Amino acid sequence: MAVVAIDPVLETVNAVYLSDSRRVLATLIRLLGDFDVAEEALHDAFRAALEQWPGEGVPANPRAWLVSTGRFKAIDGMRRRARFDALDDVGSKADVAVIDAGAWADEESVEDDRLRLIFTCCHPALSPDAQVALTLREVCGLTTEEIGRAFLTPAPTLAQRIVRAKSKIRDARIPYQVPTQAELPERLDAVLRVIYLVFNEGYAASSGASVTRHDLSAEAIRLGRLLVKLLPEPEAVGLLALMLLHESRRAARMSASGELILLDEQDRSRWNRDQIAEGIRLVEQALAGRRAGPYAIQAAIAAVHAEASSAKATDWEEIVGLYDALLRAAPSPVIELNRAVALAMRDGPAAGLDVIDGILARGDLLDYRLAHAARADLCRRLGRTADARASYERALELTRQEPERRFLERRLGELST
Amino acid sequence: MKYLCLVYLEQQKLHAVPDRECAACGAGLRESGVLVAAEALEPVETATTVRIRNGKVSVTDGPFAETKEQLAGFYLIDARDLNEAIQVAAKIPPAREGSVEVRPVRELRP
Repeated sequence: MAVVAIDPVLETVNAVYLSDSRRVLATLIRLLGDFDVAEEALHDAFRAALEQWPGEGVPANPRAWLVSTGRFKAIDGMRRRARFDALDDVGSKADVAVIDAGAWADEESVEDDRLRLIFTCCHPALSPDAQVALTLREVCGLTTEEIGRAFLTPAPTLAQRIVRAKSKIRDARIPYQVPTQAELPERLDAVLRVIYLVFNEGYAASSGASVTRHDLSAEAIRLGRLLVKLLPEPEAVGLLALMLLHESRRAARMSASGELILLDEQDRSRWNRDQIAEGIRLVEQALAGRRAGPYAIQAAIAAVHAEASSAKATDWEEIVGLYDALLRAAPSPVIELNRAVALAMRDGPAAGLDVIDGILARGDLLDYRLAHAARADLCRRLGRTADARASYERALELTRQEPERRFLERRLGELST
Repeated sequence: MKYLCLVYLEQQKLHAVPDRECAACGAGLRESGVLVAAEALEPVETATTVRIRNGKVSVTDGPFAETKEQLAGFYLIDARDLNEAIQVAAKIPPAREGSVEVRPVRELRP
């Protein structure tokens, strides 16, 4: 809501909108049982605040005032429509909302509502695309235009995706609930996947001219913090740590002219020390449990890099060991590839190349640009120029990122001289 | 709310789950009160498709479209919400071999 701050009360309304509109929405969805009705109620409540607060003063508890005003307006609207349409089910829905009225006030249930909203938006019965769009729209409060710009998707496509997801929530009756303890690990995975996907989309956009779309990464970190506050599960803590540790290198991973700079060539004095300190603290917290999950282990790997003064001074022994643990927790060819790169740092390029060639020979990662880029780099270091050239060329064919393309072309150019 | 759980299986897996196990699953669901009806179906070769076009009944052999998996049976259940319906669907034995599509039942408007 765009509010021009011309007096202190309007400024307050604006501030309350920024700080509390998502909480109010989350509670209204529970009370009213419908996303669209709740969104309309939210806007009605803020409109009422703009009209009433300047004259009557700002209420002692603005959030409670907004919830109760929004709920009242929605029920009033439903009753009025029910009278005109004589639709029984609308009337009964309004009655249900009245019965629930007492439940919204206490802090705990309001915080639960935010978790309910997160888990509902990331429900596995919704498509992954819809989970991301709905989470950014409802939990983060981004507009469909903003989400569309960030994901290079036309706003109408996104709007339709969100409408379809809300219809499914309503028609298939996806409950507005925090999962039970038994369902939690699987359901939490879905939430973490959405948050990490948003982060990565911002950190290393899969296409387009700029590698970083900072706003999305910041939004993902905000979401990660919220989740850790509401539900401090080790993997949620691990993911937040991982995002912070990646984010800490942002200023160093791109030159002034927009060229990509790899980890071993980055100016480490430009890494964000506050984010590293917080990330390392969180890694320790995430690893304190009995069994470390994939996010916590990846964060631990990032922490080892963060603590090293240079690529040479990095504890590669530790990193290879962490990759072994990661492969046990979440086996995947991409992790095997990353382990091979670490192995090359520990035991020399030939050792890493053997492993990468093994992965490719099995038929895995043949279309994964980073596998060919890593192979090219190891061949280059071994002086196998023709092999290096072939792999750089294959990586170039597969990349869709402009800075990455320039980086690969630069390396290819250096080979011939 | 009612959900129809449609069981899909590939041709060669139609008998992968013993009937006994399916019957036990149905009995269990009936006992817990969620089951409205459940049946297994004969293979798709036994199916006949009926259409009315221009007021005339047309009858053809077989199903409407060729697909790898075929409808092998159904469970009509009454569940609190989709989460409960998913829990029930996960207990249907052929879910191990094929897939179970969970569809909410639409109430006809008067």
